[in-house]
Amino acid sequence: MEKAPDTCASNEKCLQTAKPKVAFFDFAGCEGDQLQIANLEEKLLDILAHVEVVSFREIKTGHSDDYDIAFVEGSITRPEDEERLKDIRSKAKVLVALGACAHIGGINCLKNFMGETFYRDVVYGPHAGWYRTYAARPLSAVVPVDAAIPGCPIDRFEFARVVKELLLGRTPWLPDYPVCVECKMAGNICRFDIGRMCLGFITRAGCGACCVTEGAHCWGCRGLFPSANLDAARQVMDRSGFDRRRIQDLLRFYLGDTQAAL
Amino acid sequence: MAKAVKEKTGGTAKKIDVHYLTRVEGHGNIIAEVDDAGTVTACRWEIPEAPRFFEAMMLGRGHEDVHHIASRICGICSIGHQLASLQATEEALGVVVSEQTLILRKLALHGENIQSHLLHVGYLVLPDLLGADSVIPLASTHRQELLHLVKARAMSNEFCRIVSGRTTHPQRLMVGGMTRLPTEEDMVRLRRILVEAMPEMMAVVDVFAAVKGNFPEFTRETEYVGLTSPSEYGLYWGEVASSKAPRRPAALYQDVAKEYCVPTSTAKWSRGVDGPYMVGALARFNINHAQLGQAGRAAAEKLGLKAPCHNPYYISLAQIVEVMHSIEDSIKLTDHLLSRGLRPEAPAPVRAVPGRGVGAVEVPRGILFHAYEYDENGRMIHADCVIPTNQNHANIQKDLEALTPLLAREDKASIELKLSMLVRAYDPCISCSAHNLDLSAGERSLVRFVPAGSIPGGHEK
Repeated sequence: MEKAPDTCASNEKCLQTAKPKVAFFDFAGCEGDQLQIANLEEKLLDILAHVEVVSFREIKTGHSDDYDIAFVEGSITRPEDEERLKDIRSKAKVLVALGACAHIGGINCLKNFMGETFYRDVVYGPHAGWYRTYAARPLSAVVPVDAAIPGCPIDRFEFARVVKELLLGRTPWLPDYPVCVECKMAGNICRFDIGRMCLGFITRAGCGACCVTEGAHCWGCRGLFPSANLDAARQVMDRSGFDRRRIQDLLRFYLGDTQAAL
Repeated sequence: MAKAVKEKTGGTAKKIDVHYLTRVEGHGNIIAEVDDAGTVTACRWEIPEAPRFFEAMMLGRGHEDVHHIASRICGICSIGHQLASLQATEEALGVVVSEQTLILRKLALHGENIQSHLLHVGYLVLPDLLGADSVIPLASTHRQELLHLVKARAMSNEFCRIVSGRTTHPQRLMVGGMTRLPTEEDMVRLRRILVEAMPEMMAVVDVFAAVKGNFPEFTRETEYVGLTSPSEYGLYWGEVASSKAPRRPAALYQDVAKEYCVPTSTAKWSRGVDGPYMVGALARFNINHAQLGQAGRAAAEKLGLKAPCHNPYYISLAQIVEVMHSIEDSIKLTDHLLSRGLRPEAPAPVRAVPGRGVGAVEVPRGILFHAYEYDENGRMIHADCVIPTNQNHANIQKDLEALTPLLAREDKASIELKLSMLVRAYDPCISCSAHNLDLSAGERSLVRFVPAGSIPGGHEK
């Protein structure tokens, strides 16, 4: 099992606190990942017995700047986001990227292929000066990130597992093999065998190949697995006769901030 | 993190700066200032949420992908965005779906409405009524009441999973049909959990009937807009009804929602017939209450909710009524599906043709429009999404302007709480509403750019 990027050297500090203080923050995103946490329902009550939630704007009034673990959702798309994120980083002992937007930039990066002039001047017309924005980026482009919970949305049980590991002072692990492994275990027919495109062969596992199981294909929302072979992937898709533009569309859907989309 | 910026000592001057408002989806601020004489000198609803450019991101994309992009506009109403997107794409490409698909989509919408409404009334609003800062302390102080809610909400999560595959950004809904059907056992199970959730919800109705008195008494009549259908309580489709205008087909959505930009908000605002209007559960209740089922009507009676109701705080009560209605209607739809049998069927064929289409769906927070135009290759050349919360922003501002003077003599904490509760009542979904500003600033633009001073019903100074 691969270790998450940048092992948190100060993880033990979390252990020393009887009830680690936890805070949630979000930037450009749909808040669907924080919703998965609310959707844990009864299991959430169990987690709440072991941590103290000091800041969670979506469900809680009141805020404290004293926290051990920060879960951060969403991409960085404005200069003011950067400052706010650096401030969060300076206060948190452990910073966890929550969901695809925070982890790999995700769907927000679709606009990065449009050119800044296009979405600033064309979108805002004469009022381009009213609102600030730039290319969407993952958290790790601005500050060091200790761990990530991938996915769009995150898997709530993976969240519960990562919290448990953080509480035990361990560095959370992520699968370092492709979705294809789990897809075979789920008994799905390979999308390529039925003439469809799929990104399971370059995407990090951990989702149980849920989209393929539901009759769709893998979109790549969990990001690339560490040794993903992008050249081979392009070759497979080319050889299968797919339109270049469709391949590009799929690679840019979530992977816009990675090598895959180029 | 609500905080007071500064308060003059001695006089009665107060400055409210709720930055950011909590227990809502996304980032919004409430600013209010009262001078020594008790006159309100400022009162604003601001949206600093990061803009997200979804309509731009859909451009050039193939029709197969568009509803998956639309889904990511909002994590809470992802199913509603998918449904409005599918309707628009299917109308543009001339695709007609089967009756079975239609029933499953109506069920998907009910599931999401129940889930979102319960999240709002139970986890976001109830703490205000019980004097808590979040739902977390209620786990010890009001455990039994909370357990009813948690159980009903767990049902709604399972409901979404059975029909759509998962609760957020589901994969099964597609242009022309479904990628995968629930099994018959799944549907039998769905029926069982729906029936079992009824008593839990009755208990929730009782809880709210008991604490209803803690909602402030405040009324302001406005225009109510929502879908209406001759055959049912309008949710999945229908014509656009207004309390102040004749009914119009969804294709004329631009006449209903006249969008414009304001400098204090990254989200667009909307104007109706003669100013701000309300969409959402209370607007729907005011328009369509006669078509509620028995369970919905019984809940409304117990909660003392009568149409027309002009108290925006009671949006939460209307949401509870809708949850009861959705559970009852879902049981009927499930019975219908089971009696005709679930049939495996291929999705309706889709051909890439140029075309325009408009989708209109009542999602938890109100009427949602998606309007698309495709080129001859089935790729998007124009997209416009009109989000419920955008349509409510101007109405929220109007309510704040009407309410703040009435509260001017109360202490700061009380004003702050009542103003926060007012905005929270609308269940604003700000990530949604800051999805972008209109892409077509050129000749096709529907957006009216207005200087700050001339906003209808607008800001001070």
